[in-house]
Parts: sequence; structure tokens; C-alpha cells
Amino acid sequence: MTIEVRNLVKKFGSFAALDGVDLKVDNGELLALLGPSGSGKTTLLRIIAGLDWPDSGEVSFNGEDALAQGARERHVGFVFQHYALFRHMTVFENVAFGLRVQPRAVRKDEATIRARVKELLDLVQLDWLADRYPSQLSGGQRQRIALARALAIEPRILLLDEPFGALDAKVRKELRRWLRSLHHEINVTSIFVTHDQEEALEVANRVVVMDKGRIEQIGSPDDVYETPATAFVHGFIGESIELPVQVDGGVIRLGDRPLQLTAEGLVPGASKLFVRRHDMLVGPPGTGAFEGAVQHVRNFGPVQRAEVALSGGETIEIDAPRDKELRAGDTIGLNPRRYRIFAA
Amino acid sequence: MGLTLSWLSIIILIPLAGLFLKSFELSPEQFWNILSSRRTLNALRVSFGLAFAAACVNLVMGSIIVWALVRYRFPGRRIFDAIVDVPFALPTAVAGVALTALFAEKGWLGAPLAALGIKVAFTPVGIFVAMIFIGIPFVVRTVQPVLQDLDPEIEEAAGSLGASRWQTIIRVILPSLAPALLTGLALAFARAVGEYGSVIFIAGNLPNVSEIAPLLIVIRLSEFRYADATAIAVVMLVVSFVVIFAVNRLQRWAQSRIPAR
Repeated sequence: MTIEVRNLVKKFGSFAALDGVDLKVDNGELLALLGPSGSGKTTLLRIIAGLDWPDSGEVSFNGEDALAQGARERHVGFVFQHYALFRHMTVFENVAFGLRVQPRAVRKDEATIRARVKELLDLVQLDWLADRYPSQLSGGQRQRIALARALAIEPRILLLDEPFGALDAKVRKELRRWLRSLHHEINVTSIFVTHDQEEALEVANRVVVMDKGRIEQIGSPDDVYETPATAFVHGFIGESIELPVQVDGGVIRLGDRPLQLTAEGLVPGASKLFVRRHDMLVGPPGTGAFEGAVQHVRNFGPVQRAEVALSGGETIEIDAPRDKELRAGDTIGLNPRRYRIFAA
Repeated sequence: MGLTLSWLSIIILIPLAGLFLKSFELSPEQFWNILSSRRTLNALRVSFGLAFAAACVNLVMGSIIVWALVRYRFPGRRIFDAIVDVPFALPTAVAGVALTALFAEKGWLGAPLAALGIKVAFTPVGIFVAMIFIGIPFVVRTVQPVLQDLDPEIEEAAGSLGASRWQTIIRVILPSLAPALLTGLALAFARAVGEYGSVIFIAGNLPNVSEIAPLLIVIRLSEFRYADATAIAVVMLVVSFVVIFAVNRLQRWAQSRIPAR
């Protein structure tokens, strides 16, 4: 199933949740909608599901107009952040729900339904919980049941709204890996919404970065990380150092200090320079584009994180390898291995 | 613990026990004669029958009112929400007088109804109306918080799984509300059975027709037939106990299917 969204606009009062969104999703893709809260990603997902309606624009599945159908006819599996399981039904009945409410003409007989539910519970590896109630399950188990329930109707598309948002970090990591392998197994076109960049980069084939109701960039996880298209994407994905600089006459200045960086192809004026923390290489004083004094150093997993006061007045945090000798009070030179400058 | 028990004993258990003891002054035969007299039986039938009917009406109408109050935003919603509490707060005699004036043959509602050949005031229908009036807040106020807690997402989930609106209501919403609905029904029923003030004004109080059991108790007391009064009271007590107990069991059964979150 391919999904195509054209020029979608949705306003809540004067707030534009979606401000002209175009998106194409290929068959069998696992796509992440990534953005901060209020970026419109959930609204986009809900419109695709038929739970919300756009003010204007088009949504089509396999070239067919989807907006002509309600949520019920679209055959879309939807997984909610807070599971939305039916509390008064057992796990088994929750999963069977979509099969039991089918119109009589196409409804399967009881034996077929039981076999199908069993199969789905096996798929999410929770067949031993069939007789429990949702309140007796852990968050991770509930979300897997919610997924099995959504898959029961053999959806054409699977939509997941912050599926792991309510879970703790460890369970979240497990479920991420699990979701990816599950998608590999069932291969249904899937879109999931997340504000967690790590989750998006780890799970999805393609990532759509959104901000303020617009799409900032669409690309592979590598693309959005390595070559961010906009200042927003660079700042949002991966931890970045952000410095206000001035471009004029082929020179880039930080405060009044000219930086030995090439200004080729840059638009003159106020700009923002982005560097990943680990791309700032430490050298002896006087050797780099920047110069600064180390304020203090902390060991942080595989790296040491140093706070450096640049001579331009800004204070930044850099990540250096653990074997690099860094001490508070040192004066060091800093050279960005890679950097990007966007007009501010 | 001790305080709770002593207080409950003083306030509830001892008066009830006293009631039972008083009724033992009667021989079983006398007791039976009082109860099986036509007037007593009719009074009990009027009280329990109409109270149950009124509670059922309140269950349905109360559910609809709750739905509108919780799920829709309309002008005056807060005012309507406050109005629901009026039957709680209004002195019952005031309610009785107001209802009687309204439904009397010359009243605002009574006149058009009389033209249709329906007589409300001074008939069992009047008792029914008064019982609905005083019972409605019990259903609304017990179901309201539960419905407010009910996540609208579960309706969306049911819809996206292919359930029609009707299937969603029957299979998802009502079962989730069942314990609260049953509690509301029981409270409205209990209140209607015990209602005295508002009913006696509108009932007309014709023996065997529109005379409620609590009124019969008062009549017997004023005739100094204390044993008769307690006998009727004991029966009301027992029936009420049975009803409350049954509803409690039902409620527990419904709740066991919806364990707390």
C-alpha cells in the first residue's frame, strides 16, 4: 500500500497544526515522523487514520481517495500512545475485537477467530497472557497487545502514535528492536510518530522531520544525521554546538574574531554555525579556528565532555576521546572536522 | 476502627435492631395479618413498583443527560450541570408542592395533559413523576465521574478496528460504565422507596390506589398502632436490604470484569 499526502492543511483555531504537508510513503516502508511536540506529526498520523479531518488537501491510498472514507472503512491499524485497550475484556477478547465486529456477511466463525487470535498472540510472544485483563499487564506487554489487536484486522497500513512514549527506557529499547524485526516479518506499510530522535534513527527506513506544521527534511536516517537540510534539523537531531556567526566579505566572524573557515557559497549576513560535539577536534592553542579555555571536564561514557569558554565569549560543550589529556584551566585550539552554516 | 464501629452501631445498627425487637411484640399470626391486609399489600406494591419503574427511567434518562454533560460543550452547560443537583438540595416538601402545582388540573403541565385525558396529580402517575424527580441526580452523579475518566481514545480504537457507533456503545462504552450505572440505579431506587415529603403532596393518598408504604406507617403511628407500623417498616427494611444486596453482587460481578487500572 502506498500513501500519498498532498498539500495538507489543518488548523485548530488560529494555530496551524499542519501547514501544507506533502508526503509519499512507499509500499512496505517503515517511516518515522519525527519532531518536537506541536510539530503536527500526530495530527498528520490521525488524518491518515481517519480520526481527524484536514481543512484542505488530499490523502490517497494506492491512488484512491482516502478522505472519502471514515476510519472504519479505511482498514488502518492504529496503535495509541496510551494503548487504549478495552479494560473490561481479556487480552484474548481485545485482540479478537476487530474480528468480532465485522459485518455478519464476512465474519469468520468462532474457530477461525480463535486460531487467528492465537496466531497473533504468538506473533507478539504473549500467548500465555490470553486470559488476563489489561490492568494485570506491564506497559510493554500492553503495547504489544495493542499492536496484536491492530494487526488482527489485517490492516493495509499500520500507524503508531508514540508507541513507546509511555514506557521506561529499557523496555523502550527492547521494543524498538522488536518492532523493527516484526515489521520485517509482516512487511506492512507502517508510519510511527516519535519525538525521540534515537528511536526514529534506529527503527525507521526513512525519517520525516517536522517542525511547526511543515516538513523540514525527508531522508534516510544517515541523510538527516549527516547532511541536515535546515538549521532546525541540525539542532534537533544529534547534539550540536550552535554558534551565532556573521558572514561578510568572504569572512566568517564569531563576535569580532574572524574564523579560519571557508565562507565560500554562503549568503552574507547573520548566520548560525552548527558542529557536532564530537566533530570539534582539540589541538594545541593557536592551531584551530577557535580558541578557548577549558572550564571543567567530566567523563561521560566513552568520551569526556569538556565545557570550553571560547575567546569570542560563547561557552560550548565538546566531546573528546577519553585518552586526550584535558584539564580545567587549559587553553586549547578547536578545529571543526565538519560543520554547517545556515543563514539565520 | 473502634470509633468507626461504635459510630456505625449508634447511628445505624441499634435503631434497626430496635425496629426488629419492636416487631417481635407481635405474634407471627398478628404479623402476618397486618402484612397480608389489602391496604398494606397495596401500599408496598405502590412504593416498590413505582420506585423501581422510576429508577429504570432515571437510569436511561440519566445516562443520556450524563453523556451530553460530559461529551458536549454547549452554552449553559455549567448551569445545567448545577441544575441536576436541585432535587438533592430542595426540601422535599417544597418539591412536592411545586410538582403538585405544576401537574394539578389547572397547572402549567397538568392542564394540557388533562386535555389529553391524562391525570397526573393525585394519581399513581403523580407518585411516579415525583420519584423520577428526586432520583435523577443519583444516576447522573454516580455515572458522571466514570464517564469523564473513560478515555475517548478507546472509542477511536474501536472505530479504527471496524466497529460501528452502535457496536462501540454496546461492546465498549456500556460495559465500562456498568458498575456505575448499577450503583446509580440502586441509589435512585433506594431514594424513591424512602421518599415521603414530595410524594404525599402529589399522590392524593387514596388507600389501595395511591398510598405509599411510608405514609401508611405514619398513619398507623398516628393511630397509636405502633406494632402495625413497625411490621410494615420491617418488611420495607428487608426488601430494601435484599435489593441493595443483589445490586451489590451484580456490581461486584461487573467490577471483577473491569479490574481497577
